[in-house]
Amino acid sequence: MSEVLVLIDAPEGKVTKPSLELLTIAARIGEPSAVFFGSDVPSSLAEYGAAKVYQLDDAVYEEYLVGPKAEALAQLVAEKSPAAVLVPATSEGKEIGARVALKAESGYITDAVDVAVDGDSVTTTQSVFAGNFTVQAAVTKGIPVIAVKPNSATPEKADAAGTVEAVSVDVSDAAKGAKITSSKPKEASGRPELTEAAIVVSGGRGTGGDFSEVEAFADSLGAAVGASRAAVDSGWYPHNFQIGQTGKTVSPQLYVANGISGAIQHRAGMQTSKTIVAVNKDEEAPIFELVDFGVVGDLKTVLPQATEEIVKRKG
Amino acid sequence: MTNIVVAVKYVPDATADRTFSSDNTVDRDNVDGLLSELDEYAVEQALQVVEAGEGEVTVLTVGPEDAADAVRKALQMGADKGVHVVDDAIHGSDAFATSLVLAKAIEKLEYDFVFFGMGSTDGSMGIVPTLVAERLGLPAVTFGSEVTVDGDSVTIRRDGDAATQEISASGKVVVSVTDQTGEARYPSFKGIMAAKKKPVDTWSLSDLGVDAGEVGLENAWTKVESFEPRPPRTAGEIVTDEGDGGVKLVEFLASKKFV
Repeated sequence: MSEVLVLIDAPEGKVTKPSLELLTIAARIGEPSAVFFGSDVPSSLAEYGAAKVYQLDDAVYEEYLVGPKAEALAQLVAEKSPAAVLVPATSEGKEIGARVALKAESGYITDAVDVAVDGDSVTTTQSVFAGNFTVQAAVTKGIPVIAVKPNSATPEKADAAGTVEAVSVDVSDAAKGAKITSSKPKEASGRPELTEAAIVVSGGRGTGGDFSEVEAFADSLGAAVGASRAAVDSGWYPHNFQIGQTGKTVSPQLYVANGISGAIQHRAGMQTSKTIVAVNKDEEAPIFELVDFGVVGDLKTVLPQATEEIVKRKG
Repeated sequence: MTNIVVAVKYVPDATADRTFSSDNTVDRDNVDGLLSELDEYAVEQALQVVEAGEGEVTVLTVGPEDAADAVRKALQMGADKGVHVVDDAIHGSDAFATSLVLAKAIEKLEYDFVFFGMGSTDGSMGIVPTLVAERLGLPAVTFGSEVTVDGDSVTIRRDGDAATQEISASGKVVVSVTDQTGEARYPSFKGIMAAKKKPVDTWSLSDLGVDAGEVGLENAWTKVESFEPRPPRTAGEIVTDEGDGGVKLVEFLASKKFV
């Protein structure tokens, strides 16, 4: 069975859930080989199906943006001629994938939400135009390189050998152009990851800048908290929690929009959620066109009452 | 002297009903187009850099006849001149072919930096800046939420999920900026009038030495096999809060087993 190379994202040495999802998807196509940058290979790679782990342990990968990792992955692609290459659809993952595909003269699909295999052909599903269309696409040249969005599969445990093979690459000077001069880890919020959460509760302009009701309601449901662009632009919530075209795309089981009008920019980030609920003072807000259930009312009174009711029901 | 090329894209209006053509490419004929909102931030940042010293901003686009509108908008904002690469053979090009045409055009221009938006509002792959840098052999500092230019070096702040990074490069550099860099200016009346006199060059593929066989739908490395509109959501239940909105909300959540 041919190999499938999987680029692993592991900030601070911890493998992200979307990376484990990639291993599960890779197993549909062939035999997953993890490509891991760092010193200590996490055991989760073998536990989730990596037959091999190519380990690239060199400070150069942390010192420069994208270039060195792209060169290393491209070298592996040239050596192994894999059946496919999967990368996480993060900013970095997408850029690495693009450069690898160009070097390998291979087609590249980004932001896949599903990957299906039929014989030798690999077909992807993407959600485009703010989630208004679903597109099926395939790579027609070279080795399919695919950037896959979070939550595109459920990571499945699959005991594999996880044989570690150290790989060293002579990174060219050209790849060392963009130097990372400082890197400050983000503080953990203690809530689920926005793109991985089953429930997302978000706030917008209607919060007036105070997210306490939104956060309390989210915590009663064990949900992640998100924010609209209006709230982020006003400086009310950090940008990495922004949902929408220029922020995160989420597709949870339940999405609760509070004080968010539902402009196309926001829809782009949440329209594919399974169940959508909104609380908004304005009954004309376009968000109500999307909802399964809506409350026309002030989130400042509706959410505290809902939070109290949930706590009561939980006993 | 700092000369900046800003690469921009003419896209279908995101607030209109965007769709596909019969050849599975983005329909650019029946939907009004405009300068991609995300590229306005790149124009703004380039203008700020040049205004702080001396130099010129050249706006570059690759697209059909109508894409001249995107160039004009950037000129109205304050860019000094424009280049429009237009050629029927380009229709349906993928990101790789687009990056090739852009790279060849940029090589013909005098520049210190190349600025891009973080992605287009139609294809939204966000990879053309890194591909152009790869083709030109230049460093790329991408997804900058804050951009600082000092002489021939550029430093950006990149807000990732795991960390906030500072990234620097010098010499000729490719830069992409996010919508966090700050509001883009609106064209002033004076800017609109001045734009009418600003030069716009129109180039074809042969001007760039690009073979038609390297671009276009037939030569794309990927293929859209089919598309379908997302089924419309069925109308939900809307209640007005009369003192029990929160309880009703929880009753709904409980009926769906979320509570």
